[in-house]
Amino acid sequence: MENSKDIFNEKPKSSFAKAFDVISTMASKPSGFIGLAILVFHIILAITSPWFAPYDYKAINPSLMLNAPSSEFWFGTDSLGRDVFTRTILGGRTALTITFFGSIIALLWGGLLGIFCGLVGGRIDDIVMRIVDAFLSIPWILAMLLIVSLLGTTTEVLIPALGFFYGKGIVRVARAATHDVIAKDFIVSAKARGHSNLSIIWNEILPNVRDAILVEGAMRWSWMLLGFSSLSFLGFGVSPPTPDWGLMISNARGLMSFAWWAVIAPIVGLSSLIIGINLTADAFAKALGIDRSTKAPV
Amino acid sequence: MKTNIQEIKDLSIGFKSQKGKQISILRNITTNIRKGETVGIVGESGSGKSTLALAMMGYIKQGLFTTGGECLFKSQNLLSLNNKELEDIRGRKIAMIPQNAGQALTPNLKIGYQIEEALKLHTDYSKGEREQKISELLNQVRLPSPKIMALRYPHELSGGQQQRVAVAMALAGNPELLLLDEPTTGLDVTTQAHVLELLKDIAKDTGTSMVYVSHDLGAIAQVCDRVIVMYAGEIVLEGPVRKILKEPIHPYTYGLLKSIPKLSLIGLPDSMPGSQPQPGNIGNGCSFYNRCNFSNDECKVNVPKLEYLSEMDTSVRCFNHSELISKTSEQKMKNHSQKKITIDEILDLKDVSISYAKQGIIDQFLNKVTDTNPTVKDINININKGETISLVGESGSGKSTILKSIAGLLKTKDGHIKFDKEKLLSGDLKKRNSEDLRSIQLIFQNPDESLNPNHTVEQILSQPLKLYFGLTGSKLKESIVELLEKVRLGAFYMSRYPRQLSGGEKQRIAVARAFAARPDIILCDEVTSALDVSVQAAVLDLLHKLKEELGTTYIFVSHDLAVVKAISDRVAVLYQGRLCEIGPSKDVYQFPSHPYTEVLIGAVLEPDPDIKPKLVAEDIVEEKPPEIGCSFQGRCPRIIGDKCRNETPPWQFGDNGNAIRCHIDIEELKIQQS
Ligand SMILES: Nc1ncnc2c1ncn2[C@@H]1O[C@H](COP(=O)(O)OP(=O)(O)OP(=O)(O)O)[C@@H](O)[C@H]1O
Ligand code: SF4
Ligand code: SF4
Ligand SMILES: [Mg+2]
Repeated sequence: MENSKDIFNEKPKSSFAKAFDVISTMASKPSGFIGLAILVFHIILAITSPWFAPYDYKAINPSLMLNAPSSEFWFGTDSLGRDVFTRTILGGRTALTITFFGSIIALLWGGLLGIFCGLVGGRIDDIVMRIVDAFLSIPWILAMLLIVSLLGTTTEVLIPALGFFYGKGIVRVARAATHDVIAKDFIVSAKARGHSNLSIIWNEILPNVRDAILVEGAMRWSWMLLGFSSLSFLGFGVSPPTPDWGLMISNARGLMSFAWWAVIAPIVGLSSLIIGINLTADAFAKALGIDRSTKAPV
Repeated sequence: MKTNIQEIKDLSIGFKSQKGKQISILRNITTNIRKGETVGIVGESGSGKSTLALAMMGYIKQGLFTTGGECLFKSQNLLSLNNKELEDIRGRKIAMIPQNAGQALTPNLKIGYQIEEALKLHTDYSKGEREQKISELLNQVRLPSPKIMALRYPHELSGGQQQRVAVAMALAGNPELLLLDEPTTGLDVTTQAHVLELLKDIAKDTGTSMVYVSHDLGAIAQVCDRVIVMYAGEIVLEGPVRKILKEPIHPYTYGLLKSIPKLSLIGLPDSMPGSQPQPGNIGNGCSFYNRCNFSNDECKVNVPKLEYLSEMDTSVRCFNHSELISKTSEQKMKNHSQKKITIDEILDLKDVSISYAKQGIIDQFLNKVTDTNPTVKDINININKGETISLVGESGSGKSTILKSIAGLLKTKDGHIKFDKEKLLSGDLKKRNSEDLRSIQLIFQNPDESLNPNHTVEQILSQPLKLYFGLTGSKLKESIVELLEKVRLGAFYMSRYPRQLSGGEKQRIAVARAFAARPDIILCDEVTSALDVSVQAAVLDLLHKLKEELGTTYIFVSHDLAVVKAISDRVAVLYQGRLCEIGPSKDVYQFPSHPYTEVLIGAVLEPDPDIKPKLVAEDIVEEKPPEIGCSFQGRCPRIIGDKCRNETPPWQFGDNGNAIRCHIDIEELKIQQS
């Protein structure tokens, strides 16, 4: 509950000030603060790591194979004698970039299709949702494998493919949110005044479904990251020698019993990022006043 | 003197604001509930009445906490008990019926089963005894054939019947204290009157004490022995129901009673200026100071104490209550100048029928009419420029349906709607031109739903201005300020969001948005039902003034007959989508009337314990209108046999100008009804 006095003195804010408000609300709770801190740390790391990586990530040196962590190689070296620290700090770049753009694509098509379905309702809505469901009932990993083996594992293939598969949840959320709003009297009122459909979508519906869709997108981002890393793990994501956590885990997992450092470092990197995004998305949802337990049917 | 079953001592409840300030919602409440008496708690929304009722069963909502005082039930402080101990008391000794309890029944479980669960939880009866008790309870709440009822699912019952089941469940544990939070709000007038009657009888038969929370003084007047009036978290007046309602000695109660429209009076009720202060926003002196007509300087700085006047058995929180003692609440309504309406037709509904049934594709193709029994049928109404015509009837009588088709949101099945004598209005919104769209505007019941929560007042009001007049820049701003002035709001409201406005202010914005289009006709769908009475009076007053100023025509929909009487020139009574009676407002409210109008008027609850509602017909809700004969045949108390069942009744015209659709001769009706 809010102090009514605070409410009544509140002035409308610029979008920038609003965003700042949301972020400071998110950071005011420990979980949100930790999530944001982890995420920001990862993003900064991803941007700046090429400048301070101590070694060349692809320099193979058989004489340095599987060295334990030392003052020289903080995280040890891998089976090809490459520095694990260098590869770990660089290993999130590709994953982060690809899934970030993938999420944007998921948001775009998922959001638009969801809003469309929520708007038209009836039979068209039914049919579209059936098709979406049918497409996506194919195990996504098989479908992805098929796609990348046909089209290659380039960024141009991975981003839209991931975006496509992770947009389904967003379609559902956007559709449900739209459904809730269009029954409201302010939409009826706009219709009765004779506003065009486009104006109704833009002015009346979008501002009211935006938050729910963004939150879902943030949530999907962490799923996608896990999915992408699984692909890399299976050898269908990033091609060697580019450093990537999924790939690193895959390469080093057989050596776990005697060279644990080569596995632990990318695992920590990957899981901390996923946890960071998850916590951030949760805090984001709370800051916007969205109850995810009821709004996310998937 | 009767023993107290509950004693509340100096109870204060509050919450912490985001900035860590402590804000109180209830302040120093001290009162008693005696054994076997029914106490009403009244107040505007936000006055803390529900919080108090919940505290009476030891329940404090999440986020709130007690900041002082205690709540003794039979000398046991409920607020210091643990959950286990409370569970033993709730349901068994204290039961509660929350608002919409009927709708809150579990949909997929049979009525009997749900009552049995309540019995299992709250009593130690054996299986056989429980079955016996279920029948008894259903009998007690007067549901017909309890054995069959017990096997029904909630959706197979009407709203009133569901509410009765909720009452039965609350009675399962033989409670000594029954708390009811707005138990009849949202029910139809007739249903409401029946449920209140039932509650009164139960109180008499079982000796249960009841606490009845409501904003509706009409309902309070019918069931309560004593009344507590709350304002901004305090008790401002408490005493026997007759004293409170007939000689209200607190300025708030005085004003409140004057703002209620009454059947016995003509014209608009007085409105109270301003609105209740928000919690945390209460000044130093009396909390009612800025709305009070009797205030002096002392009120501004000192807080009045609740003072017990033994000669009236009344407690009052006001320095100047003695001034009010001499004033009887004799009421003169503002004479709403019943202007002569010139016959200048603006809207003509001719043989309008509307159906929600989906037509099959083949029938559509062949242009065949499949629905022989549409939701709304044969509506003929001419509406004149500048008049206010009201559509009344119970829920489901098709009032909103008719409005929607006038607004173009629903297609008519038959008949036509003609605007300004010659223009046929298309049933399809897309085919109406911008000028027709502008001419007819809608205002909705609930401003929370009708204003986009993400838009500021400025954005809300600029929509019609941009759309119809293409205004931009400073012209647009000027027009918005002008509109705000029209609805008596300052220009600083522009930057507010709906959630920063009170209910009445929101509805004013909705009114301003409708007027922004400079329409000829405004359709008002239950525009005051979601508002508190004092706010309702102000909105009605505003609508009336705007109409005087601009000559707008209103088509007003409401289930509240007193409100309709106050505002309208003409009234049309609908039952199941069929017109029963239509005529000038003062004549429709006089006999002879259509038997349905008679039932509706009889069920109106006046805020006066000495005026009892006349319950003539059952309150069963019918699913569908009958295919042939009179639409009201299923519930008509005056039905005269097969004629009513087989033949559509003819229109008859009274001397006064009202038209009645009934088989009984109008002269005969007059005799029967007098
Ligand atoms: N979209 C719909 N589809 C099918 N039936 C409907 C629909 N909307 C309303 N009805 C039915 O049409 C009838 C008239 O409804 P309407 O909403 O016009 O009543 P009303 O007089 O405005 O009632 P209330 O006082 O509850 O608002 C009711 O029986 C209702 O159940
Ligand atoms: S104390 Fe003063 S301001 Fe308060 S109600 Fe009485 S007269 Fe009005
Ligand atoms: S026609 Fe018959 S059933 Fe209908 S209102 Fe008149 S008396 Fe009642
Ligand atoms: Mg309605």
